[in-house]
Amino acid sequence: MLTMAMPKGRIFEEAVELLRNAGYQLPPEFDDSRKLIIDIEEENLRFILAKPMDVPTYVEHGVADVGIAGKDVMLEEERNVYEVLDLKISGCYLAVAGLSDGPIKGVAPKIATKYPNVASNYFRQQGEQVEIIKLNGSIELAPLIGLADRIVDIVSTGRTLTENGLMETAFIEPITSRFIVNPVSYRTKDAIIDDMVERLSAVVEGESVDENR
Amino acid sequence: MTRPFVFEKPLGMRDTLPVLYDLKTSIREKIQRVTEGWGYRFMNTPTLEYYETVGEASAILDQQLFKLLDQRGNTLVLRPDMTAPIARVAASSLKNEPFPLRLAYDSNVFRAQEDEGGKPAEFEQIGVELIGDRTTSADAEVIALMAAVLEEAGLEDFQIAIGHVGFIQELFLSIVGNEERAAVLRRYLYEKNYVGYRQHVREMPLSTIDQKRLMALLTLRGDGSKLEEAIELLPNKAGERVLNELRTLLHTLEAYGVADQVKFDFTLVSHMSYYTGVVFEGYANNLGVPLSNGGRYDELLERFDRPAQATGFGIRLDHLAEALGVTDNERLPNAIIFSPERREEAIQQASERRAGGEKVVVQELSGVTNLDAYSERFEDVTYLIGKNGKGM
Repeated sequence: MLTMAMPKGRIFEEAVELLRNAGYQLPPEFDDSRKLIIDIEEENLRFILAKPMDVPTYVEHGVADVGIAGKDVMLEEERNVYEVLDLKISGCYLAVAGLSDGPIKGVAPKIATKYPNVASNYFRQQGEQVEIIKLNGSIELAPLIGLADRIVDIVSTGRTLTENGLMETAFIEPITSRFIVNPVSYRTKDAIIDDMVERLSAVVEGESVDENR
Repeated sequence: MTRPFVFEKPLGMRDTLPVLYDLKTSIREKIQRVTEGWGYRFMNTPTLEYYETVGEASAILDQQLFKLLDQRGNTLVLRPDMTAPIARVAASSLKNEPFPLRLAYDSNVFRAQEDEGGKPAEFEQIGVELIGDRTTSADAEVIALMAAVLEEAGLEDFQIAIGHVGFIQELFLSIVGNEERAAVLRRYLYEKNYVGYRQHVREMPLSTIDQKRLMALLTLRGDGSKLEEAIELLPNKAGERVLNELRTLLHTLEAYGVADQVKFDFTLVSHMSYYTGVVFEGYANNLGVPLSNGGRYDELLERFDRPAQATGFGIRLDHLAEALGVTDNERLPNAIIFSPERREEAIQQASERRAGGEKVVVQELSGVTNLDAYSERFEDVTYLIGKNGKGM
């Protein structure tokens, strides 16, 4: 039995579609189940549904063998897991945004973000002295009401930014979802994991996979 | 920080309660017996070492070291591993002993605190070092000993992955040409970032064949048949040498009868530097982190002015105990509960029974507050109460 940690929310549907395209028989009720643990006996798979930010944690501790996690989460959490495959789904990017793209005033501008680690690494590389403020959501609010000068967040279409009168001031890096693997499972369950990687990468690379394999 | 509560311990520090202590003791005894049986001699080194010597020679990242200052202002470290201290001893106090040296240790090592659970700052490591032997027989011996030790400890289901840092290095150098670029590739492997590795390879100005060779490295995992695939990636003298070494290793492990537990995995890179040849890790099927690891480190001894090739392994006792499972079958002692008038008799009886190997607690009745709860803590209770054995 292989346990797979799946991110709830945005990435979930795309991830399920990818698995189905790779030939995994997942029942229709899979998509809107409220269960947190779903066993698919026929495929010898167990799915656990976690907050996207927590997926690498489950995988690092080995309670899940594999998982699907955004590169944003990987950069933020820096977990000891294998990043085996770029699934090329849920594409977006990490960016800095603010009310205007002029220079930031002040000695130590404040940066609001869900990704304190990413933000701090980015500004350190830029040689800029900033103060990081950790928020858990609705990051766009921070510059609007004066909590922060800039935000660091993921951008997919840019609509949320535009609607709130914010503009992107710097691009940090592109983000897609990754297939991640626990270091021990990668060795002890290598056959089943390699098979999964092969099937997924075939789909990602755009090849069709025989349903009966 | 706020003042700690009276019962708090520094982050990452753990108490070992009697049940776990018993389990660890029994594992430790088994491992020591096997290791000594292979002729390794156990030794100890100090908990504190100089940062400039052992601290810098160790494979542990700087930010993971516990550092402190002595009264003269020297920077000290709590030893982060045992390989560097033993290399120091082999090169100094034991410098007149002829190589190869077979040494073993069972010591607590320290890693600077991490916030999260499951990552203790202090843990016990048992391991061996085989110093001054460059042969593949030596590599096979430590791997086979590790397997023997895990088996003796009671672990039924474990696997060992074997890689070769030298192979990776030769492959990278033969393709990208210099150490600097090879280090970039190595770092991706070390960070377990295969996506980044592939992307980096695609972006390098290399021939399609060389790109394919670099990509194929990631799939070099499996049984002995992978060795033949490996030679196709590195068809030169260096590749031939490494592959011959690994073939001999596999044959030797077959002779030891542990080949079934072994797989090859050319992507295995344990540390950034330090290891130079064969590297390996041990895994239990029910545990998310490696149990043990080891490998060949042919350049470490040079740092202590006695160049020598060496190999060894270390097992994390906490991980092993977790993989074995803490069974609550602690063997309870027996008790003699007495009233004052029969004190001498109780002491006399206890001493006779202890001489026969029994564990016996002697407890005066009036010292016990809740007799029912207390007597449950014992296998068997003998009451010596009232005059002349008439009982209660």
